[in-house]
Amino acid sequence: MTALIVLVLTLVAVAGTATVMADAPERQAVTLSVFGLALVMVFMVLQAPDVALSELGVGTAIVPLMVMLAIRTMRKDRRERSGSGDGDDRGDDS
Amino acid sequence: MTRRTRLTIFLVGAGCVAAMFVLAVLGMPEFGGSHHVYRDLAVHAAVLHRTANVVSSVNFDQRAVDTFGEETILITSVVAAAVLLRPAEGETERRIPRTGRNLAGTRLLGYVLVPVTAIVGLDLVIHGHVTPGGGFQGGIVLATGLHLLYVTGSYPALDRLRPISAFDVTDALGAATFGAVGLAGLGFAGSFLTNIMPWGTFGQLFSAGTVPVLNVAVGLEVFGGMVVLLAKFLQQDITVASKGEDGEA
Repeated sequence: MTALIVLVLTLVAVAGTATVMADAPERQAVTLSVFGLALVMVFMVLQAPDVALSELGVGTAIVPLMVMLAIRTMRKDRRERSGSGDGDDRGDDS
Repeated sequence: MTRRTRLTIFLVGAGCVAAMFVLAVLGMPEFGGSHHVYRDLAVHAAVLHRTANVVSSVNFDQRAVDTFGEETILITSVVAAAVLLRPAEGETERRIPRTGRNLAGTRLLGYVLVPVTAIVGLDLVIHGHVTPGGGFQGGIVLATGLHLLYVTGSYPALDRLRPISAFDVTDALGAATFGAVGLAGLGFAGSFLTNIMPWGTFGQLFSAGTVPVLNVAVGLEVFGGMVVLLAKFLQQDITVASKGEDGEA
């Protein structure tokens, strides 16, 4: 049991560091999702399924999705303002 | 303010936080210990009200006011985001571009998982007072599951399946139900959010008094709120186009 706790906590530390070190925000959204999944495992191992469920929904799905959508909205806004209105609008379908 | 002053203020603040953090950690009970005063009290109170899931009892019975505050924060932030993300002047809705570049496997998985997640979400909401889960988790699962349709690449289908005005109402209805249950407690038992309904049999669907009602209310609110929030973001991204190509600030 203790070994399992040490393992999942290490996973959280690694995923957290990776999230902080990720350079681009859209990559950060993906690592944030992995970090959320690591936290889900911690909560499961520590016998808190309710918290694990919340984290699974919010941390690994909703928040990264919202970050992605916010980034795309900002990029679109910036592109329209700078007036370089050429093509490839749907270039990065994620 | 110069860089030097800023750094000094930061270091003083960070030092204080670090010192208090170390003190707090040293004063905590040891990791994995078996002596929990709060747990003993909470489990006793939950069993008294025939609530099998103690976490639900804490959230919706013993400390329901906290949850009411959280739900109010949620609905306020959804409203604020919806106001910020509405189509601005000079922006019009345009036809949805067809993408259809998703892999067949992704599409299949999406379509298969939509009903599965819907059932899981409903189960989490309805049995929140008996098994792990609850209104918040269930609402999130329902909202996420619905957006699997976006992953499958069929945004038009998603758009048809979720009339935003209906989910606006769902969101408000959930919050209003929570408030109404609270006021009923105030009226019948003298304090806000008292568990006034019959407690029923431990571990059955009809047990725990007002807890399942509040679970459904929160489920409705979270489901509605999340769908509206994501819909506003998706609208901004997909269907809103600015009229002029450049020049508006």
